[in-house]
Amino acid sequence: MADIAKIPVYSPDMANPYMPYVATLKEVIRETHNIMTFRVVLDDAEAMKNFRHEPGQVGQLSVYGVGEATFVINSPPTRREFIQFSVMRAGEVTSALHKLKVGDKVGVRAPLGNHFDYNAMKGKNILFVGGGIGMAPLRTLLLYMFDNRDDYGKISLLYGARSPEDMAFSYEIEEWRKTKNTDVVLTIDREAEGWKERVGLIPNVLLEMNPSPKDTVAITCGPPIMIKFTLQALDKLKFQPEQIFTTLERRMKCGIGICGRCNIGDKYVCVDGPVFSYAELRGMVDEL
Amino acid sequence: MPGNKFLATADVAAWLGELSKTMRVFAPRNEGQAVVYREFDAAKGLELRRKPTESAKHALFPRSEELLSFSYLRPAFGAPEKEGETPSDVSQVQVKMPVEPMPTVVFGMLGCDAGSVTTFDPIYDGSKFKDVYYLKKRQATVFIVRACAEVLSTCFCNWVGGDPANTKNADVLATELSDGWLLQPVTERGEKALTSPLLKDAPAASEGQATAIHDNARKSLGDAPNLEGIDAALFSLFADNDFWQRQSAGCLACGTCTYLCPTCHCFSITDETSARNGVRLRSWDTCMASLYTLEASGHNPRSLKAARLRNRVGHKFAYFLRNNDGQISCCGCGRCIKSCPSSVDIRQIVKDALVQAASIAPPPPPQPVAPAAASPKPAAPVKGKGRTKEKANG
Ligand SMILES: Cc1cc2nc3c(=O)[nH]c(=O)nc-3n(C[C@H](O)[C@H](O)[C@H](O)COP(=O)(O)OP(=O)(O)OC[C@H]3O[C@@H](n4cnc5c(N)ncnc54)[C@H](O)[C@@H]3O)c2cc1C
Ligand code: SF4
Ligand code: SF4
Ligand code: FES
Repeated sequence: MADIAKIPVYSPDMANPYMPYVATLKEVIRETHNIMTFRVVLDDAEAMKNFRHEPGQVGQLSVYGVGEATFVINSPPTRREFIQFSVMRAGEVTSALHKLKVGDKVGVRAPLGNHFDYNAMKGKNILFVGGGIGMAPLRTLLLYMFDNRDDYGKISLLYGARSPEDMAFSYEIEEWRKTKNTDVVLTIDREAEGWKERVGLIPNVLLEMNPSPKDTVAITCGPPIMIKFTLQALDKLKFQPEQIFTTLERRMKCGIGICGRCNIGDKYVCVDGPVFSYAELRGMVDEL
Repeated sequence: MPGNKFLATADVAAWLGELSKTMRVFAPRNEGQAVVYREFDAAKGLELRRKPTESAKHALFPRSEELLSFSYLRPAFGAPEKEGETPSDVSQVQVKMPVEPMPTVVFGMLGCDAGSVTTFDPIYDGSKFKDVYYLKKRQATVFIVRACAEVLSTCFCNWVGGDPANTKNADVLATELSDGWLLQPVTERGEKALTSPLLKDAPAASEGQATAIHDNARKSLGDAPNLEGIDAALFSLFADNDFWQRQSAGCLACGTCTYLCPTCHCFSITDETSARNGVRLRSWDTCMASLYTLEASGHNPRSLKAARLRNRVGHKFAYFLRNNDGQISCCGCGRCIKSCPSSVDIRQIVKDALVQAASIAPPPPPQPVAPAAASPKPAAPVKGKGRTKEKANG
């Protein structure tokens, strides 16, 4: 048993992992009709100064009185003036978040979960495949790699959304394109007026792109169905399971491996994930 | 043994009454048809013969418990005072943690239930995260375990390393003799709890009498099957849908098995507000309900009851073992068998699994995530709460 006397009950940190930090919304960006980005700063200046996270880690955002929900921290650890979350409206908490304005307060429990092993990816070519809000975790790693550009080989991004209006982070894609040795391919499900990029479902466009698996790491995130078919496509392109990484979504509550909500067999997405290699997934029970 | 005490049958209520003055005392009593652990109330009596319908886990893990509370200086979220106002201004909100737990005694806990605490501790006392709400209660609670003189047809603690006179996690072991109770302290904390003038030094012969009672109960449990390899068997049967459909055919997804189970620890976290005040609660939840895993996209990894039963049995007899040095997270209390409205019997499932897995040697390799078939196509829209999602490109 832990020495309980040493655990202070009233502190908003890991000592009581259910207690959120209070944070202020510094900037709110409307991304699409159902996605908004929130840039928050912890009110405790010391805590903000000491806040460290890794690409791929998540946080629990709360609106007191409505509840908590899990979101990827999509600002990279190399840019620390705020902590960024992008939230797609899905239900109660996400709708409540969408009603907030700059200056409003939220609760933050972060960072939680595992992260992308960006050190092991050094020297490799990187292929990102993101669908919809699944671009959020990829953005963290993408920007981290941009901030350490010389550590990585060629970076290719395939990013798809239902329509041009559904594409989050559209205002920064030009900048991504301008980064050296970087390729960005955008696609939407169906033809739309004024759209000059690709049209087609992500896995199909990926096959057309025909990326070489040589010295390459593929990282994919998106809705479960997209991930499923993207994994098949990568398999066809001869990517090995060890070369493919994805982040999983599962319903979560505690985010700290206690409430039992998010298990896939003996693994808990909240602490063993959300980042898994395809090789790891294949060793797990098939319950996605 | 020095330290052994004797409590006359006529003095039990008086002693619990005495303890209640300084502590919270949970003891079993009849409520309708059920035997439940409630705070001791002399007027409502005790039930120390029939086995409790529920476990005593709520002493450590209440059905519903406050994680924190907050009060707004103006109406809380959802009830703005002015048009267009966002009332989430937490700078005007006070967030508070609940108070320290009361020192507690659970009197008459069963041996299997005390054993189940072994499966709670590593979860709440994790290597990285400490659940202070649980740990503080755990530290403040004394378990007085009652040895079983008789066993029910649904009891199987001996299959899973338990014992009718289990002392694991117990502070005191209590055995009912002909005219009273032998109280044997197991821990220092237990010894300290046995200081009342109502407690006499136990006569020398009482320990032998108690042992005879324990042995008799052990014998009546019968032989335990060898469960070695049950985790591997369940992993290998994961994709055997026929097996799980057969086992879950009668299940109503009522959740009774999980709510009564002393080792089920899953909970939900929800906020409740009324006007300016609110609380964040954690409440028991059940993985047998289909909504438990429903995701925002409409996708549900355990939409079938077969998958949910597989998860409950798998958690107790396979998954937990992998994460906790082979510890099975079922204590063999048999409550899920006794109270299931459709006679789902976890013992039978476990035995069937061993037989079935042995019949399909060698075990199949883990299934790949992506099925080998078909070219990419958008999924059929899934309906969930009127929201239609799960499109190929999000
Ligand atoms: C590791 C992880 C990272 C995530 N990152 C992001 C992100 O960066 N941006 C983003 O917009 N969303 C993200 N999500 C999904 C997000 O957590 C859910 O959309 C959110 O919890 C819904 O909360 P709600 O209160 O609005 O919905 P509710 O009112 O609770 O429910 C609405 C619907 O959402 C389902 N749901 C509830 N919680 C979850 C959950 N945790 N995961 C999936 N479905 C859920 C419910 O079953 C219901 O169908 C992530 C989820 C996980 C597990
Ligand atoms: S008690 Fe029986 S019917 Fe109810 S959920 Fe459990 S197994 Fe199913
Ligand atoms: S699974 Fe059934 S027998 Fe095992 S501890 Fe839970 S209620 Fe008791
Ligand atoms: S979210 Fe609670 S265990 Fe993972």
